[in-house]
Amino acid sequence: MTGMHLSDELESLRKTVEEFAHEVVAPVIGDFYERDAFPYAIVAQMGEMGLFGLPFPEEHGGMGGDYFALCVALEELARVDSSVAITLEAAVSLGAMPIYRFGTAEQKAEWLPRMCAGEALGAFGLTEPGGGSDAGATLTTARLDGDDWVINGTKAFITNSGTDITGLVTVTAVTGRSEDGHKEISSIIVPSGTPGFTVSKKYSKVGWNASDTRELSFQDCRVPMANLLGERGRGYAQFLSILDEGRIAIAALAVGLAQGCVDESVRYAKERSAFGRPIGANQAISFKIADMELRAHTARLAYYDAADRMLRGEPFKKQAAIAKLYSSEIAVTNAREATQVHGGYGFMNEFPVARMWRDSKILEIGEGTSEVQRMLIARELGL
Amino acid sequence: MNIVVCVKQVPDTWSEKRLDPEDSTLDREATDPVMNEMDEYAVEEALRLQETHGGEVTILCMGPDSATQTVRKALSMGGDRAVHVVDDALHGSDAVATSLVLARAIETIDAVDLVLLGSESSDARMSVVPAMLAERLGRAQLTFAKEVTVDGPTVTIKRLTDDGYQVVEGTTPAVVSVVEKINEPRYPSFKGIMSAKKKPVQTYAVADLGIDPGEVGLSGAWTSVESFELAPPRESGRVVTDDGNGADRLAEKLVEFLASKKFV
Repeated sequence: MTGMHLSDELESLRKTVEEFAHEVVAPVIGDFYERDAFPYAIVAQMGEMGLFGLPFPEEHGGMGGDYFALCVALEELARVDSSVAITLEAAVSLGAMPIYRFGTAEQKAEWLPRMCAGEALGAFGLTEPGGGSDAGATLTTARLDGDDWVINGTKAFITNSGTDITGLVTVTAVTGRSEDGHKEISSIIVPSGTPGFTVSKKYSKVGWNASDTRELSFQDCRVPMANLLGERGRGYAQFLSILDEGRIAIAALAVGLAQGCVDESVRYAKERSAFGRPIGANQAISFKIADMELRAHTARLAYYDAADRMLRGEPFKKQAAIAKLYSSEIAVTNAREATQVHGGYGFMNEFPVARMWRDSKILEIGEGTSEVQRMLIARELGL
Repeated sequence: MNIVVCVKQVPDTWSEKRLDPEDSTLDREATDPVMNEMDEYAVEEALRLQETHGGEVTILCMGPDSATQTVRKALSMGGDRAVHVVDDALHGSDAVATSLVLARAIETIDAVDLVLLGSESSDARMSVVPAMLAERLGRAQLTFAKEVTVDGPTVTIKRLTDDGYQVVEGTTPAVVSVVEKINEPRYPSFKGIMSAKKKPVQTYAVADLGIDPGEVGLSGAWTSVESFELAPPRESGRVVTDDGNGADRLAEKLVEFLASKKFV
């Protein structure tokens, strides 16, 4: 990335993913969405294109790109569909990234090549039924028994955790208490199929219906001691560092959705006629769409800026929070306005804008709610 | 086995195309340029043949500077190197001139066993360049392939016809044109995109290939566009209301309609 413009290579990547999204995803995804079905064939093709390995080095089976390349791909996917975009986002930034950042050489060798190829999906189990943002309130426990961790507890809303190709879930669990009485939280890798690890049926969600989200329970679930990911007692801190980047990725996804709303609205406003002319000839509609474009463009600049700072090694916590907060809120606004442009058809599930409307709301909640983002920004301002 | 794939940059199939009023050639500035779709299938087939038989895949493109994008895309799909013929003198070239330039460019590449290309371009749609190219190179010509197999020096294709296919066999070196039934082209991976910029691209001007600039371009074209006009907009259809006896009167109405158009 150079300033606010994509390099030739990133532009080629953007174009490739744009074509893929329109040619492969768009024609079929509505059907998967209606059936709450996970689109395995699409995910496999994304794997072949190397999308799951974008920010990882080639030695681990990655594509040798950076985090910004991932964001560009996410934006283009989400322009067409958010379910496949969140599947990619969660698999990379919550599934594979912790292994890459904090894993031992053995853990990386075991998991990353398959994760980069999209053959194994990783999930991150942080949120519990009792709360998400307050990770210190974690109730899940893991105690050492001989050479094993024994895990007990429940995790909620975990993306990619119950597909046929889910390889592992990294769970945060209380592994003890520090001297001052604070909970010691660690991350532990639990491979799919481990006895005592139960994946419940899919949630019935408002949106993101072609993605996989489950509740997980652990009952005396044993994994080897070597499955500890990173340092014991650093599980929460590790997670927070992952989350700052993850916010930029969610911002990219939100910008994609906001731009997709513009695409669909422009097309519809040219096609649909009322009172003898296309509805786009009326300023009530064209100004609405101009404002949608304005918001999508501004939000894109915000996440480009956050990504640029991150890749240059500068502090980016505030910029990531701004990008995530702004882009998710304008995604909701654009989805509402796009639905309005489409009139009654916008309320019909077979129209992409209806899907976008349903998919937008979670963006203000996942990976840190809007309230948490405001708290972070205020804190960065010294308040 | 060394393969050359000829690729052409064309306006996006879905974009609105215009002719330049100055010289009646396609206004390429006004449209999004893409690789001719049928050539993507040729690139894919070359890469698959390479996976089985080894050798090098060279991408050959004749086109303006902006066609670099198409060359890069073919390289990012997996081509090893490229030859790009760029020359202002080529502007307005017809199929005869195109085949001359491609043939001369192929002759600069060592030990070419196969030349692959799409069976037509989506802008000109003449489908004659593969045949002309084979003729100029003095090579076997196998066209409209929906399947290609190579066994030693023998190339066998299934040649798509209106009502099925014919099995056609030839000997390398050969020119093979492909149709879109042949495969499903891959999307370039990011690794492919990154490595494409490091791959060698040889550029030639027309004179480098020993061609007199007068033989190509608008001046060398065997045909010329005298004038052109926009196709008239499609008229809206006519609705005939069925007032209850539609089935009985259908034939009568049809005959009435055909007679009014002087078809019967």
